[in-house]
Amino acid sequence: MESFLAIVVGLMVSAAFFLMLSGVLIRFVFGLILMGNAVNLLIFTAGRLAPVNPPLIGAKQTLLAAPAANALPQALILTAIVIGFAMTIFMLILLFRTHDQTRTLDADQDRFILETDKTDLPDITGQKVQE
Amino acid sequence: MKPPLPNIENPPACCRGGLFSSILPLVLFGFLCLAWPRVVQGDIFAVQWAWVPSLDLDLAFRLDGLGLLFSLIITMTGFFVTLYASTYMAGYPHLGRFFFYLHGFMLAMLGIVLADNLLLLFIFWEATTILSFLLIGFNHESTDARESARQALLVTGGGGLFLLMGILLIKAAGFPMGLSLLAASGDLIRSHVLYPAIFICILVGAMTKSAQVPFHFWLPNAMTAPTPISAFLHAATMVKAGIYLLLRLHPAMAGTPLWTGTLVIIGGITALWGAIQALGPCDLKRVLAYTTLMALGVLTLFAGGQTVLSLTAAATFLMVHALYKAALFLAVGSIDHQTGTRDLEHLEGLLKCMPLTALAVAGATLSMAGFPLFFGFIGKEIMYEGALAQEMFPVFATIATLMSNALMTAVAAVILITPFAGPPGGKLSLVCEAPWTMRLGPAIMGTLGIIFGIMPEWVSANLVQPAVFSIHPDREDIRLVFFHGINLPLLLSILTLALGSLIYRHRILLRYRVETFMQRLWITTPVLYQRALEAFLSLAGSFTGKIQNGSLHFYLFVTIFTMVVAVGWPWIFHIPAALVLPETVGPLIAFGLFAFILASTGVVVTARKRLSAIGGLGGVGSGVALTFLVFGAPDIALTQLLVETLTVIFVSLVLLRLPPIDAVQKRSCSRTIRDACLSLGAGLVLTTVLMGVLQVPLDRSLTAFFENHAYLAAHGRNIVNVILVDFRSLDTLGEICVVVLAAWAAVTLIRRPKEG
Repeated sequence: MESFLAIVVGLMVSAAFFLMLSGVLIRFVFGLILMGNAVNLLIFTAGRLAPVNPPLIGAKQTLLAAPAANALPQALILTAIVIGFAMTIFMLILLFRTHDQTRTLDADQDRFILETDKTDLPDITGQKVQE
Repeated sequence: MKPPLPNIENPPACCRGGLFSSILPLVLFGFLCLAWPRVVQGDIFAVQWAWVPSLDLDLAFRLDGLGLLFSLIITMTGFFVTLYASTYMAGYPHLGRFFFYLHGFMLAMLGIVLADNLLLLFIFWEATTILSFLLIGFNHESTDARESARQALLVTGGGGLFLLMGILLIKAAGFPMGLSLLAASGDLIRSHVLYPAIFICILVGAMTKSAQVPFHFWLPNAMTAPTPISAFLHAATMVKAGIYLLLRLHPAMAGTPLWTGTLVIIGGITALWGAIQALGPCDLKRVLAYTTLMALGVLTLFAGGQTVLSLTAAATFLMVHALYKAALFLAVGSIDHQTGTRDLEHLEGLLKCMPLTALAVAGATLSMAGFPLFFGFIGKEIMYEGALAQEMFPVFATIATLMSNALMTAVAAVILITPFAGPPGGKLSLVCEAPWTMRLGPAIMGTLGIIFGIMPEWVSANLVQPAVFSIHPDREDIRLVFFHGINLPLLLSILTLALGSLIYRHRILLRYRVETFMQRLWITTPVLYQRALEAFLSLAGSFTGKIQNGSLHFYLFVTIFTMVVAVGWPWIFHIPAALVLPETVGPLIAFGLFAFILASTGVVVTARKRLSAIGGLGGVGSGVALTFLVFGAPDIALTQLLVETLTVIFVSLVLLRLPPIDAVQKRSCSRTIRDACLSLGAGLVLTTVLMGVLQVPLDRSLTAFFENHAYLAAHGRNIVNVILVDFRSLDTLGEICVVVLAAWAAVTLIRRPKEG
């Protein structure tokens, strides 16, 4: 079962990378969201899947009665989901802003590269960088 | 050159902090004096603390004759220079910084000469390089100062790397890092197969620090530093660090033809080259810088020798030079401070206005010229003796010493006569004497030049002999005497004075010749340095332009490729073992979910319309959430579903305001295939690594801890929740902070900036 999920994770990661490499910024964000899901599944799988009881201690008990799912990866994933969500929203806004400024979402276009490559930092010799 | 601007008002300003801080070198000097008599008797003071034992790096310090000689010079000059600087630098900005660097430098320099561990020595060595950079560039608003500081840093820092390489080679050859231990295994080092490589690395380190040809050019340029710094670093102490290193490693490495021959030739050439160029410039400080080159060359020449005479010459001349050169620099600084110029063409007749400075300069220059009764005379006699007794190239050594001494005599005459003789012209007659803090150093050092010249036996017994004994096995008494009788060195001394006066007489013609000769040289190391620097910068520029070309695709491709190769390469032989055929036992619904997730992923990848892509994303998210649910994780399933819903809403909101997905140039087919292959490769690596992970037994001890303590210690029945809000609550706080920061940044970004 776990090795099956390992293949799913691998394919999702491949899809995510492929989307990110496309150079279309919208698809880049899609790739990022996919990647978040894939990595969460990866952590989950690495914590093993066998017992299907949730890690809950029954009422009037002080310890788990029966073996339960691994609680540790779940705690990690819970945190990761929330942070991933925050990052996704931030990326979306960044995407919006980028389009506002460059009027394009094609990262391969000269217009995009020029706009994001502007720099006023002096180089080591103290001269301004030639555009 | 700016015209003279006499400093008539002579502000009594004085930096009190600087004045008080001169107590530090004075106290250190006092301590050294306390230890002095015992060092003369042959005692050695040593302390040692372990620092990084695995690297053989200890905080080991050792005070012997050689270390004492250098430390006395460092602390004495340090005291006078600090005192001097407290007046000279008054009114400059950032004085606290200045004195901090100055004292930091002094301590680092003491560290070099007292360290008993090569690696420790190297650390102090680099510290002096960096502090020298900061001090040369102290006046950082001037382009010249910045350029010179960078040049000094690159040359001496590059040499420092060579030194480190040499030290590591010594380590690789299996020798100890302790200097006193190293000295004992000299024969083994000299016969070791790595000896030539070690020698060359250490030599380059010493040559750059001590400004030997062809690395000499940074020293004259370093004269853009404030004068006290030039006097301290670039005349009396730092540039001697290379000489110190050669002397210190003498017992361990000297005695081979390679050592002697190379040092004698390099030293001789540097001495001649420096002395010839000293005739050229009009700037008094540059003149002094070139004479320093000559002195350093002579010292290197004598450090090459193996005889006691040669080392005695080195130790004696070291003191002679430190005394007269620091005094001259400080005096020239006084002239500059009082008149506003140090250009020989603008200075004349200062004898009346600055008689005490004139006296100090006279003492120092007469010592420099090597007149009898002065310490320089003793130094010159022993130099000739040493040069004549050199094992290799004695004729070359003698001629180089003779010629550079003759030129020195002429330069000494120029420095003494030109600024002070004749009637004071124009505004120069209004100049007045420098304050006492600036006169004390030159006066005492000039006087010492005479005292040492009159009683050389005391000097040889108390300073030279302990220094030479600490690096040479012979225990024959060393005696410097005032008069040796009529012999070859005396004749050479007389010849030196005669030649010197001849050169002085023809100095104008010679200066012209030197200038035209310098212009005709088709290539010089400063030019090479400049070209190399420019080539390096343009190479770095084009390299940066290539690897940072602004293409997102390129960056990502390189990053993913690196990941695949870096993880895949060591992993590749484990892949067959890790790759297992997935067993098909398990809840049927799970397989359905997997298929659903993969299908949705496919939709996202192939989508040409925004809506279908969003639908696919939602499918993936909910599929993952249901997978969590099936495998006993209802909490994360709940969170995932909530977050997925919100994500889909947000993505839809934003995408509606953006152009369609396919409103871009079509990507080439080959690129798509390449990207696909790389992505699949990355997926393969990840899958196999995960399968490999699944094959090793799981360590559940951490989970067991949480399971056992969730209720008993934290009183919660939901173990996942207890972990989040109790055991790892600080992590959760961090997570909340990330969310807040992301929201904050998003709000800032979404506001349109005001136009203009």
